[in-house]
Amino acid sequence: MVGIDKNILISSDGLESKHTKLRIKNVNLFYGNFQALRNITFDIPANAVTAIIGPSGCGKSTLLRVLNRMNDIIPNTRVEGTVELDAQNIYDPALDVVELRRRVGMVFQRPNPFPMSVFDNVAYGPRRHGKRRSSELADIVETSLKKAALWDEVKDKLQQSALALSGGQQQRLCIARALAVEPEVILMDEPCSALDPIATLKIEDLMRELIQNYTIVIVTHNMQQAARVSDMVSFMMMEPDRAGILVEHGPARQIFTVPKDKRTEDYITGRFG
Amino acid sequence: MTRVVFEKELRDLQDQMLLLGSMVEKTITRSIEALKARDLAAAKQIVADDEKIDLKRFEIEEKGIDIIATQQPMASDLRIIIAVLSIITELERMGDHAEGIGKVTILLGDEPPLKPLVDIPRMAEKATSMLRRSLTAFVERNLEAAKMIPAEDSEVDQLYDQVYRELLFFMLQDPKTITRATYLLWIAHNLERIADRATNIAERVVFMITGEYQQLHISKY
Amino acid sequence: MTNGHFARHEQHRGHLVSQRLAFTLLGLATAVVVVPVVLIFLYIVVNGAPAMNWTFLTSGPSMGGREGGIFPAIIGTFYLMLGTVLFALPVGMLAAVYLTEYARQNWLTRIINLAIVNLAGVPSIVYGLFGLGFFVMLLHFGMSILSASLTLACQALAMMITASREALLTVPKEYREASLAVGATKWQTIRHVVIPEAMPGIITGAILAMSRAAGETAPILAVGAAFFLPTLPTSPFDQFMALAYHLYTVAANVPGVSKVTIWGVALVLVAVVLTFDLGAIIIRLRVRRTRRV
Repeated sequence: MVGIDKNILISSDGLESKHTKLRIKNVNLFYGNFQALRNITFDIPANAVTAIIGPSGCGKSTLLRVLNRMNDIIPNTRVEGTVELDAQNIYDPALDVVELRRRVGMVFQRPNPFPMSVFDNVAYGPRRHGKRRSSELADIVETSLKKAALWDEVKDKLQQSALALSGGQQQRLCIARALAVEPEVILMDEPCSALDPIATLKIEDLMRELIQNYTIVIVTHNMQQAARVSDMVSFMMMEPDRAGILVEHGPARQIFTVPKDKRTEDYITGRFG
Repeated sequence: MTRVVFEKELRDLQDQMLLLGSMVEKTITRSIEALKARDLAAAKQIVADDEKIDLKRFEIEEKGIDIIATQQPMASDLRIIIAVLSIITELERMGDHAEGIGKVTILLGDEPPLKPLVDIPRMAEKATSMLRRSLTAFVERNLEAAKMIPAEDSEVDQLYDQVYRELLFFMLQDPKTITRATYLLWIAHNLERIADRATNIAERVVFMITGEYQQLHISKY
Repeated sequence: MTNGHFARHEQHRGHLVSQRLAFTLLGLATAVVVVPVVLIFLYIVVNGAPAMNWTFLTSGPSMGGREGGIFPAIIGTFYLMLGTVLFALPVGMLAAVYLTEYARQNWLTRIINLAIVNLAGVPSIVYGLFGLGFFVMLLHFGMSILSASLTLACQALAMMITASREALLTVPKEYREASLAVGATKWQTIRHVVIPEAMPGIITGAILAMSRAAGETAPILAVGAAFFLPTLPTSPFDQFMALAYHLYTVAANVPGVSKVTIWGVALVLVAVVLTFDLGAIIIRLRVRRTRRV
């Protein structure tokens, strides 16, 4: 047995060959005078799952929403720093936010399908972006539902109300809805926390398939899920003044077996508090 | 303080491993004493007692698997458990080697000794010292102490070289000594393997503390 | 042990008594409200039913309203309701959309909301005088259906905006977020998700506004209602007859009208209003059923 260098071991994930999709640099976020995020800096590789973990209230969801500027709809929000999507700063005032949100889609914690049919839910995005021909829409709906591993379960029920589906199906429908506008990044805010274990595992499998064509960023409370599903992990914490900071960021294998920061170690082993 | 049950289980696991370690250390010492004194009864006892070591090892392994399944250990906790599972394997094999010494002692029977035993007991002393210190390094999480142990394996190797040459000399001189000489060679070989395994334990301790696999010493054999 | 048992029993009895008392009081209160309404309705039906016949409902008045029918009044009321809703619904809805979705929520918007709520309580004759000064005279619309509709619409606006605001605010923000997250603009979100979801509430508001318009007398008094017109109105600028005004006139100002006729007009008016209220309920239920599972 020859000596094995730790770095080679970690990189056997193949991560060093992935380019950076999103680059977060010195992001600070304020609600009025209250600082919610302090100096967040890390990279998100393309075609991989990056998990953001940390205790409640540390700003994980806030950080996620920075990535598609959903925080803009909250009044009195101010963001400093830059977030580069493929080297283009998304906080540039000249940027088209609507187009950004098409490229960076989001799936929420509680499934929120529109009170419309399954078909109309998935077709909603493409219609708003100008697609009208019913044949084209039908294709998009079918493709998206297949990518979300939901097609077989709903192909005979496309005109039924989306609210008749089970929780897990509704969440996959929301994923299909996000996929229908052909995003590049999919943000998921605790997507499985309202679902039963089987539905959760189905969505986790789906995530691993989706990274072939998309970049995924997921916020999760569930350590085991983060361990199962992610390639890179960012651990956040709340400082005494309630601002969220990034404690450690690295490959999932390393974070979960040999974390560098003691705070990370304490959180992961459940020794917090 | 969170995870009280888990903490206790983890501590129990490590305590049981240390218990196994002291069982093995005693067996090695007793096997050499039985050899020196040509105590056939003691040697038989050692062979019989090996079963206890095997059982203990499996008991600890089951406990380790249990903890992994029910507690989902991460980071350092995970490394501890994995280290324990590896170390108990080494310990159990050491026990087998000591049992081997016992068996050879029985085979030697009451034939007259070839020569006064000097190097072989010294090898045993070195090997058990390495074992004891590697387990101490585990308990203390002492990285430096663990790193020192593999280097001592060279001393044991040298002693083995010496024993080998001596016994070879005897065998070439007088073919009638071949049986006894090969038995003794086998005992020395077992001791050399015990020292190797102590080195492996030390490497496991290093992994547990740092998370890195480090080959600290390449055995000559 | 026995003491405890009896003590608990006593407590239990005490609770039962107060519960029964409360329910009785609530029942009485309900009766006090419902019984008079039912009685009035029955009274109107009983007294007005004899007047119901085809002539009454389909021909115009004659002999100063003492004979003949009230068809023009029915038509006039119908035109009024239509005109009211035509003006009040879009303006009210869009104003509500602006106030809930676009306006920054600060002291100014709070004052505006307060003002709107208060406008609903302004006496209707004040609206009538406003309509007279503004629509009839200033804009030269004259005494007409148009002026009356606009006046009633102003009155209905307050209620329309409030009802629409309530409906819009009950649309869960999750729908808006889901739409924005897919790359829709704010207006697309409002148009395709929020307003459709709020529709039941908005429509209910519109229908209630219409049914109220049917019953108003004071505003249309000043603004265009006539007691006796030989022909039906043919354009929005014509004068018109209306049921509520007609009822007031025959009951208070025209001598010699038979009691039966008066009650007949009342019955028709009540029937019209109730029909619309019923329609509101049905539409609301229908829309809810198609949107939900």
